[in-house]
Amino acid sequence: MNLLALIFVAILANNIVLSQFLGICPYLGLSRKLETSVGMGLAVVFVMTMSAIVTWIIDLFLLQPFSLEYLRTIAFILIIAGLVQFVEMVLKKTNPALFRALGIYLPLITTNCTILGVAILNVQSQHNIVETIVYSIATGVGFTLAMVLMAGIRERLELATMSSYLKGAAVTLVSAGILSLAFMGFKGMVAL
Amino acid sequence: MELVMSMAIIGGLGLFFAIVLAYAAQRFAVEEDPRVEMVIDLLPGANCGACGFSGCAAAAEKICCGEVPVDSCIPGGKAVCDSICEVLGVAAVASEGRKVAEIHCLGSRDVAPDKFEYQGVHDCKAAMMYSGGFKACSYGCLGLGTCVEVCPFDALSMGANGLPQVDTEKCTGCGVCAKACPRGVIHIVSADRKAKYVPCNSHDRGKTVRQVCEVGCIACRACVRACPNEAITMEDNLAVINRDKCDDCGKCVEVCKRGIIKDVGKVLVVA
Repeated sequence: MNLLALIFVAILANNIVLSQFLGICPYLGLSRKLETSVGMGLAVVFVMTMSAIVTWIIDLFLLQPFSLEYLRTIAFILIIAGLVQFVEMVLKKTNPALFRALGIYLPLITTNCTILGVAILNVQSQHNIVETIVYSIATGVGFTLAMVLMAGIRERLELATMSSYLKGAAVTLVSAGILSLAFMGFKGMVAL
Repeated sequence: MELVMSMAIIGGLGLFFAIVLAYAAQRFAVEEDPRVEMVIDLLPGANCGACGFSGCAAAAEKICCGEVPVDSCIPGGKAVCDSICEVLGVAAVASEGRKVAEIHCLGSRDVAPDKFEYQGVHDCKAAMMYSGGFKACSYGCLGLGTCVEVCPFDALSMGANGLPQVDTEKCTGCGVCAKACPRGVIHIVSADRKAKYVPCNSHDRGKTVRQVCEVGCIACRACVRACPNEAITMEDNLAVINRDKCDDCGKCVEVCKRGIIKDVGKVLVVA
């Protein structure tokens, strides 16, 4: 499969948040400020790539040989949670600067559905290791893009005058829906 | 057989991660400065950001490293500074004392008219973006209450005259409002200052001030001449009282042609 097409699909056509509707909670919860949304986005790219690689390896060498594919979900949850914990400890010791930048987002990501979703999507679509890495990074970038767009919109919405019924969660969900509609324009541009 | 395998693999994975994490917890243990926690407890915990950090926890860390002075917490004042000094074992430093916010404008709607009708976003900063604000005086309070909204201590309120009022009991002098005010109307001053002050912020020349505001300083210098202590100076068309030299004699109040030299605390009654 063409890697460029894979990147395009992961970032725009099949954006993890806006088309696949995974990771809605950080998307709405952390998109109030541009700064936090970028931080969360970078942390997701980092963890997603790492966990996708590890789960891919474990799936190939542990689950498939014993035809235990039906245990993927539970095994992947275990792996991701353990891995994120481990990375958090290592980062704290070896790279305090990076830890401070990603630190508060890492525990949030442990149980994030995007991470598990991408890990499962990778093995389900039978990506090889290169495709897995590329797809995970691109999906993370797509997540960051969605977060940043949303944060930009919400920062402006804060200042806008509107009916009190629309304020807050309501207008956020409406704008998220419109943003998702906009991304539907990319559908069908690339056939996989 | 399949049951045993699945149990073994999931159990094995769990065990593997348990061992790895237990090992990592020891191998990568980070010793944290216990004083940071203590300093966090001492700080007010309002996360107002007056110190320049994102919150009290961040400030506590910097204080413990010695990167910023122990009296960095402005709302905490001397009491907090002293207790932090105790925890850190450093000599107490002389703090400047409590500070409060002071509103330097009297131009309510009826005395300082607008130059056009503004119907945009109800926020001073947004109003400023639109042709430099709707008020004819380009220095006066816009009265949309951005300072009231940002105050972390609930010390500011909008008066009936459309100007913000400071509750000096609640005000900690953190300066968040002064930073938020796009016109720089709010000044942070010592709480035990002398009462006389010139509640005007206009650096326009006298003629312009007359046109746009009934209660603005027109820089006539009468107060400067009248002051026996030379406490009043004319700074860029605005009379400024040096509170250290002022002895509250009130001579300036008598000579002020516009009657705008006021006692702090007595200006709030203007309806």
